[in-house]
Amino acid sequence: MVAMVNIPETVTAGTVVEVKILISHPMETGFRTGPDGTLVPRNIIPEFRCLYGGEEVFRAEIFPAVAANPFLSFFLRAEQTAEVELLWTDEAGQEHSEARLLTVQ
Amino acid sequence: MIRCVTVLAIGLGTPAAAAGDRQSGYEIMGPELRAMQDDEAANPGMLWVTEGAALWVAPEGAANRSCASCHGDAAQSMAGVAARYPAWNEAGQGPIDLTGRIGLCRTRHQGAAALARDSRALVALAAFVTRQSDGLPIAPDPDPRLAATREKGKALFETRMGQLNLACADCHDDAAGGQLAAATIPQGHPTGYPQYRLQWEGMGGLHRRFENCMSGVRAEPFGAGSPEYIALEAFLMSRAAGLPVEAPAVRP
Repeated sequence: MVAMVNIPETVTAGTVVEVKILISHPMETGFRTGPDGTLVPRNIIPEFRCLYGGEEVFRAEIFPAVAANPFLSFFLRAEQTAEVELLWTDEAGQEHSEARLLTVQ
Repeated sequence: MIRCVTVLAIGLGTPAAAAGDRQSGYEIMGPELRAMQDDEAANPGMLWVTEGAALWVAPEGAANRSCASCHGDAAQSMAGVAARYPAWNEAGQGPIDLTGRIGLCRTRHQGAAALARDSRALVALAAFVTRQSDGLPIAPDPDPRLAATREKGKALFETRMGQLNLACADCHDDAAGGQLAAATIPQGHPTGYPQYRLQWEGMGGLHRRFENCMSGVRAEPFGAGSPEYIALEAFLMSRAAGLPVEAPAVRP
């Protein structure tokens, strides 16, 4: 389980839709020590992007103060039937993307 | 002087009155946290539930069977199960909690390696099974053999322990509704375990919460899965009988 995405599937043209995403991630701050007393390396998601029909419509910079399993929510105006892509990479190099088709009637 | 006494009486009266009227910890949370629990898309506990749903149908162990191979659709077979546990374990001739039962199923029927109690997979499976009882009233197992376990749990609940010399009842019965620093003391009804605690940044079971409370009063914790915790859990579930299961619950 990587993420739970919540986007309406079908809307009328011009509707403002809310995109909600809950990402399963430890958001390790880099300040904590492990059982052996050494620092656990920092591993957060520094940047999150959303493309709508290939065009970037939302981007967030995330910092170590954000808790584990971050929840992001933002709005976009539905203008054409297109793929909504959500993209992020963590500092351990794990790349993720989720895509949902938003149908405009 | 009379006025002083009145104020004191009100001060002491409020928590006691609250204890008579049972409420879930949900009722004393702020609106933001309640919204987080209520919205499936925002409730981080759903990450574990979804993981548990995948594990439910994944074949495991020497028997190459999944939970679903025997139990089928969890929505049917597991509805109300979490609301009833702890139950009597015929094989072990003793009480067993839901996490223990899932672990036993895994080793006995699937022939798979045991999972650690606090492992992500076991917590996820317990969260998924508990989810099937969401909203159902807590209905303790009527098996008469559990009576002694509940008695033992009640005695533990009322026993002062640790360097702070506090019993569970001192806070969760007598001072419930009062303040412990900035936090409102809940009545301690286990309505939503495993639950997502912001403090843990993760999901954990009731026994993990017991460990926190016990180290909080500077007592030596009994250990997750210990007979003491199962007894305490059995008592607390009977004390909370009738309150709805919240699965997954979110707490601060």
